[in-house]
Amino acid sequence: MRLFKAKQCALSETALSSSEHLAKGLSRRQFGLTAAAALAMPTVLRAHGSPKITSKGTYDVTVDRVRINTGNFRKMGVGYNKSQIPTILRFREGEEVTINVTNNLRESTSIHWHGLVLPFRQDGVPGISFNGIAPGETFTYRFPIQQAGTYWFHSHSGFQEPDGAYGAIVIEPRDGERLGANRDYVVQLADKHPHPGSRIMRNLKRMPDYYNRSQRTLQTLIKDSRQDGLKAALKDRGMWGRMRMMPTDIEDVQGYTALINGRSTSQNWTGLFRPGEKIRLRIINSSAMTYFDMRIPGLKMTVVQADGNDVKPVTVDELRVAVAETYDVIIQPRENKVYSIIAESMGRTALVRGTLSPKKGYAGAVPRLRSKPLLTMADMSGMMGMDMGDHVMQNASGMQTMSGMEHSKMQGMNKPGMNGMENSGMNMSGNHDPFYAPGSGLTPKAYNGGKFLSYTDLRAARPLYRNRAASRTIELRLTGNMERYIWSINGVKYEDADPIVLNYGERVRIRFINETMMAHPMHLHGMWSIIDTGQGARNPIKHTVSVQPGTTTDIEVEVDAPGQWAFHCHLSYHADGGMFRKVVVRGRPA
Amino acid sequence: MKRFKLAGLAGLFLPWAQVTYAEPLIWGFQAEQFEYRAMDGEDAFVWDFDALAGSDELKFVWRSEAELGLTSDDFEKLENQARLQFPVSPFFDAVVGAYADTPGGAPDRYAGVVGLKGLAPQWFEIDADLFVSDHPFFRFEAEYEALLTNRLIFTPSIEVDMPLKDDLARERGAGGAIVEIGARLSYDVIDRAFSPYVGVNYEASYGDTKDIVKANGEDTDAFSIVFGTRLMF
Repeated sequence: MRLFKAKQCALSETALSSSEHLAKGLSRRQFGLTAAAALAMPTVLRAHGSPKITSKGTYDVTVDRVRINTGNFRKMGVGYNKSQIPTILRFREGEEVTINVTNNLRESTSIHWHGLVLPFRQDGVPGISFNGIAPGETFTYRFPIQQAGTYWFHSHSGFQEPDGAYGAIVIEPRDGERLGANRDYVVQLADKHPHPGSRIMRNLKRMPDYYNRSQRTLQTLIKDSRQDGLKAALKDRGMWGRMRMMPTDIEDVQGYTALINGRSTSQNWTGLFRPGEKIRLRIINSSAMTYFDMRIPGLKMTVVQADGNDVKPVTVDELRVAVAETYDVIIQPRENKVYSIIAESMGRTALVRGTLSPKKGYAGAVPRLRSKPLLTMADMSGMMGMDMGDHVMQNASGMQTMSGMEHSKMQGMNKPGMNGMENSGMNMSGNHDPFYAPGSGLTPKAYNGGKFLSYTDLRAARPLYRNRAASRTIELRLTGNMERYIWSINGVKYEDADPIVLNYGERVRIRFINETMMAHPMHLHGMWSIIDTGQGARNPIKHTVSVQPGTTTDIEVEVDAPGQWAFHCHLSYHADGGMFRKVVVRGRPA
Repeated sequence: MKRFKLAGLAGLFLPWAQVTYAEPLIWGFQAEQFEYRAMDGEDAFVWDFDALAGSDELKFVWRSEAELGLTSDDFEKLENQARLQFPVSPFFDAVVGAYADTPGGAPDRYAGVVGLKGLAPQWFEIDADLFVSDHPFFRFEAEYEALLTNRLIFTPSIEVDMPLKDDLARERGAGGAIVEIGARLSYDVIDRAFSPYVGVNYEASYGDTKDIVKANGEDTDAFSIVFGTRLMF
């Protein structure tokens, strides 16, 4: 273990630590550290790889084939700056950055700056923003930094991102951090699989349950028939079997080793603190496929930012981080003890523990995986074509009507909309999260019975736009054929689809209707997605919006970025399977 | 259902062609049976595999089924098919192709194939093919995977060949079915790539086929213990 760490650290050319950052009087630019200096620092300070900063505002990033060791398995993958430890790029709002990306792979690559507002030619999507970066080539990105917060970057080519090509972006506000945290750590989550992405896709295409090792078996049949009677257990299986669907179909790909900042549980990423300090954790989910539920047993987390935009602080016990989302939380451990940062996959097949400790060399406790959830008929309610009871169908159409009412007719009057939903007899418990289908098997519960974050808790601290009515609504049904592993929008996969055309200057409402039984983190490039949570002007501003099975979720988009952009589900194999669109913005600023 | 596309197949022959956002080629090898059959008469080695390449819209499949007698070193059965497979419903593909049956010591047979392949309700994997030639026959295959655990899998299967015309040289009588029933217990050792199994297999002929086989003084049924492995890569 020790040896491994030392080796890894030696691999990262230079290293920056978050805590160093807070040291006053030091500019970020002064961290052009030598490898020797990096090695001289305590292990915990060498948390990340970092770019070479050649001159002010200029960053060099290499894309390399790297050896990845998770402690559970070794494989070859892709990494930045020759490391499996994700690189952190640190920018300051208002600066103009130049990023030289050198492709040391034998195939074409690209970097997409996830969540950054920039000219579309700099957005890094091959075939939409540019032609990609050929092997051996150095491509120079140049763009102004017009925002602050936590973001990330990743390859948008092939399966390089699941294979390891991801890093973090931390942008300091123009006038310095407002939150006054004593420590500031990036917590970048990833799911690492022994198989390369291309092989995973091939296996899923031929056998969609290839990686599902949580299926119902004879054992669960016996257990269920003891509980509910054999007849009921068989009837339930008959119903799912008739649809050729699986209630265990929550995570298409299992067998992952979860990582925090490139480190597995055994490799134990550790952040140091002194009791009483306020610590900011910048949680980024850079997984290919895995939603993570985050908790720090014994501590409350105060969510202060989502997807780079500040929100009114909300204190929770646990939160779900959809793929590609970021959440910044503040914690304040007062006791002189070791805490565990736990990220557990939504389907409860993978878990990683990181440690917060007053001293080096400690590891927090590792809890057991909680019991695996099962999808319910509510999660299927979007699949209108399926043979299901009327009851479920009504719920689904009810949902849609409600969200329609709530948003277009009762703009600003958020309460009636929400009450309407509750009154429609949809069997909702007191604190049901309206972003899950009523009765959904995926509805989260906090580990300690406490507060679990919902989108409805997110209130924009600084709305970016005047709150105005959308001029039109675009309906996007999220569709798929699980058995063929084809994913699509409005039943058409990317290859066969026309672009979505938006007009510069308009505000559009996009209505996602999830007709599949899986959650989809939808990511629109270049423009913000303002989720309609019924908070009017305070609706949270995000770049990635998770749409749960059997639900309808509305976002609004201020079309303020000319050019063409990608718009897709951020689950790697769903995007590749066709749940992807090109968006063309017609017109430009006068 | 969808536009017919050869993009995936083009990828077969032009793997170096880099097209932006071309969907990746789907390809692989999958053997449901790769086994030793111990029986009363002659032991045999048997395989039944599909090698495929293509896209969502169109796949090329090489299907091979064979039974090699281990004493005679002769193929009791050697069937190869070149099949094109394309979706016709959410769960079923249509198949068209060509079939060559070239065992040792018996006349060869060639046929055109039309069929359906897919997943029926309650998770039955179905193959139904009509072999069109001077000696036409119909074949139906069904398989069910019962998960005892997530890795220990019990797979009953049935395959029925129904000759539609007499083919005396191949010991087949019109309407006389040849039925093969199997049950295999496999364990996924490496992913789903290598899943060794043990099982039983029973083959019997009925009707006119049975009469012909009997008249030739041969066994009309055969029971075997099998051990082998499923393969997928």
